[in-house]
Amino acid sequence: MTDLIERPVTAAPIAPAHHGDDHGDDHGHVDHDEHHGPSGLLKWLTSTDHKVIGMNYLVTSVVMLVIGGAFAEIIRAQLVSPTSTLVSLSQYNQLFTMHGSVMIYLFAGPFAFASLANYFVPLQIGAPDMAFPRLNALSYWLYLSGSITMLLGFLVAGGAANFGWVGYAPLTSAANAPGSGADLWIGALMLTGFSAIFSGVNIVATIFYLRAPGMTLFRMPIFTWNLLVVGILILLAFPVLTAGLVMLYCDRHFGTHIFSVQGGGVPLLWQHIFWFWGHPEVYILALPFFGIVSEVIPTMSKKPMFGYKGMVFATLTIAALSLGVWAHHMFTTGAVLLPFFSIMSLLIAVPTGIKIFNWIGSMWGGQLHLNTAMLFSIGFVITFLIGGLTGIYLASPPLDFFTHDTYFVVAHFHSVVIALVLGGMAGIYYWGPKMTGRMLHESWGKASFWFMFIGTQVFTIPAYIVGLHGMPRRMGVYPNNPAWQTLNIWESVGALMLGIGTLLFLVNVVVSWKKPIIAGDNPWDGGGLEWFTSSPPPHHNFVSLPPIRSERPTWDYNHPDAPALGHGKHAGESSNEKAPV
Amino acid sequence: MESATPPTESLGTTKASRRLSGRTKALLAALAAPLLLASCKVPSFGAYEGASKAGNDTFKLWQGFSIAALVIGLFTLALIVWAALRYRRRGDQIPKQTQYNISLEVIYTVVPIVIVIALFAATVVVQNKVLANPTPNATVNVTAFQWGWKFTYPGHKAYVVGQTTQTPELVMPSNEDVRFNLVSSDVVHGFYVPEFNFSRYAQPGLTNTFTFNIDKPGLYKAQCTQLCGLYHSLMYFNVRVLTPANYKTWLANKDASTSAADAAANDAATGIQTNPHTPTLPTKTDYGVN
Repeated sequence: MTDLIERPVTAAPIAPAHHGDDHGDDHGHVDHDEHHGPSGLLKWLTSTDHKVIGMNYLVTSVVMLVIGGAFAEIIRAQLVSPTSTLVSLSQYNQLFTMHGSVMIYLFAGPFAFASLANYFVPLQIGAPDMAFPRLNALSYWLYLSGSITMLLGFLVAGGAANFGWVGYAPLTSAANAPGSGADLWIGALMLTGFSAIFSGVNIVATIFYLRAPGMTLFRMPIFTWNLLVVGILILLAFPVLTAGLVMLYCDRHFGTHIFSVQGGGVPLLWQHIFWFWGHPEVYILALPFFGIVSEVIPTMSKKPMFGYKGMVFATLTIAALSLGVWAHHMFTTGAVLLPFFSIMSLLIAVPTGIKIFNWIGSMWGGQLHLNTAMLFSIGFVITFLIGGLTGIYLASPPLDFFTHDTYFVVAHFHSVVIALVLGGMAGIYYWGPKMTGRMLHESWGKASFWFMFIGTQVFTIPAYIVGLHGMPRRMGVYPNNPAWQTLNIWESVGALMLGIGTLLFLVNVVVSWKKPIIAGDNPWDGGGLEWFTSSPPPHHNFVSLPPIRSERPTWDYNHPDAPALGHGKHAGESSNEKAPV
Repeated sequence: MESATPPTESLGTTKASRRLSGRTKALLAALAAPLLLASCKVPSFGAYEGASKAGNDTFKLWQGFSIAALVIGLFTLALIVWAALRYRRRGDQIPKQTQYNISLEVIYTVVPIVIVIALFAATVVVQNKVLANPTPNATVNVTAFQWGWKFTYPGHKAYVVGQTTQTPELVMPSNEDVRFNLVSSDVVHGFYVPEFNFSRYAQPGLTNTFTFNIDKPGLYKAQCTQLCGLYHSLMYFNVRVLTPANYKTWLANKDASTSAADAAANDAATGIQTNPHTPTLPTKTDYGVN
């Protein structure tokens, strides 16, 4: 934060803000906001500004992270003892169902493709807003109402949904899950599903139609690239889930037998539908976070994204493969073509590996600023590496046979999704100053990082081990085995550390609010267009734009003597640039 | 596992002959490590060795994957930590703005592809062994229900049924191919015997067939792995593997002690269960039984 670089005040607008921006350059952008509409609470409720909606999403999804995390802490407290009666078995089933549902549907997804994405995709491509601002607002309100709908399940007779976040038929039938908690769960997923679909439409349209002059596809920052791919994946995957939910609702209430054997239906069909959405969903969740660290690591290393085009093709490859791997969740059904889904799943390791090596390449030979955002990014890469490697085992059917539905799988996907949380934290520390104009405090941030990073490993490593011992997932009580109990206690310690880390982050938000440190326009010497405007950006984002000749126009503007090297595309540079070793 | 590593290694050699920097040498050494390790006693990496030949093949595949994962993981982790420590900020000068290195990028694309193909080849070999369905010496029909198990022996009156902490016992002979026909009468359950290194869903309307040939007589603990409702956590069973002679004796005794009426009732109950069992809530001490 000390190396603050001010844009020369004499800079003339080179490419003025465009696309019907009727707010002339005569406005000073600092007080720009005050010319537009209501303020305060009414502004938050009625705004169609992508920045306000992005903030709404961010705050709401972090609240969901805290709620889902609280459920996790109760679950882990229950499992400290094999015969704990802290919660009943019925309550336990509701808790892990809602923990998974809140984290996946209400936190990770919206956080990934609607909070920071909403805020930064238009900024990174030099656009004044999203393509469909009102649709954007509708997305948010559908998401909020869906979230409330799901949580209301706890208040109805019979409690919340209790069949796991994957809701395998026929456990979800009217006979097996009679309460209205299940219906609220279905309704919530439909609401948030439509919210996601509208977000996807908006992201794709924005990126295709609202890029500033000069912002070609291969000059888009990796974050925006990833969101484009996510938008397309959303449009391919989410309608399938919504259709499945309609079928499920019809089975429950209108006497159809799509998923019930008794009426000639096929329960397995639900798993196909669910995972046809569910596996692309994994990448819908992950790619935005890959995008975040692909911004943070090069910026904090003072280097360009290493292997930029390889990174883009890796993302496209992951997206294409992700549509053909869903049945690796179903290896033990005995009803899927094992070799096909095995090789498709294994192959995803290749583009994922390319990404990891590109992140390392971006650090290599750089000047690393090991601040909180960078620490979270490195923590993300390490944790994701662990989750990715254990995922390779699960792509092999014989190995999946004995790890499926055990804590090994739980540990695997928690390594992956907690890595995403670390990546999200990196995003908040990196872009928070742009959104609020204030820096987050580094000491609180680093304390939060170490608690969360170490807590993640303290949680997942014993979980891998106890899974290999054969402990199944979703058990409120477990066999009285001292080794299992010891491992479970360690898992709970890790979960507690994660909770403390999250609380320290919240404390940091409050402290940074009370004791502001002014951020300035470009505290990290970032390269994307978002760093060319004020913090927070004015209404409709830009007063002027620099020339866009690469994926980091602000860097090129601020460092005209230090263009990216390699590929032979810059005059005077050797095309066989030596390795960055 | 043996089939998994050599292709990786030989490709590394051809690559390295072209550009033998210190780094590729290190990479080569890392890739060769599994071969060296394979000649020593390979650790279990936390998994069961498998009570059957096929289970043991699965275990060896697990070891192979683990060695590959550890080598790749530690190599990558070392690069990350090294980069973070070695290149931490020392001043304000702008580092070299390297963005592309095509040969390096090709290497870390091609090498993983080769590793993945090797892992896939090993997977297919083991999978074919695990899923082989030879003509069986004995057959057991397994029906899972909320929240227990029923084991019947086609051609015999004998059957075993029990729910939650009653922990029903599946009795089977050792050293013989025993075929299992697995189905559920209500929701999806998971038939999982950890020490056999194998699991399968028990599904309504869909019978799964697989074969075990267990080497070692003994008692193996098992339980349902797929969430199946309220008492999922307590849906235990045991597998008792007897020598073929003892198994014959057990089956004959069981047949003799099962009345014709019992057997008829048992046959009637093999279809879809219309009237599921409603277990009483087990007491706290029951949890410790298994």
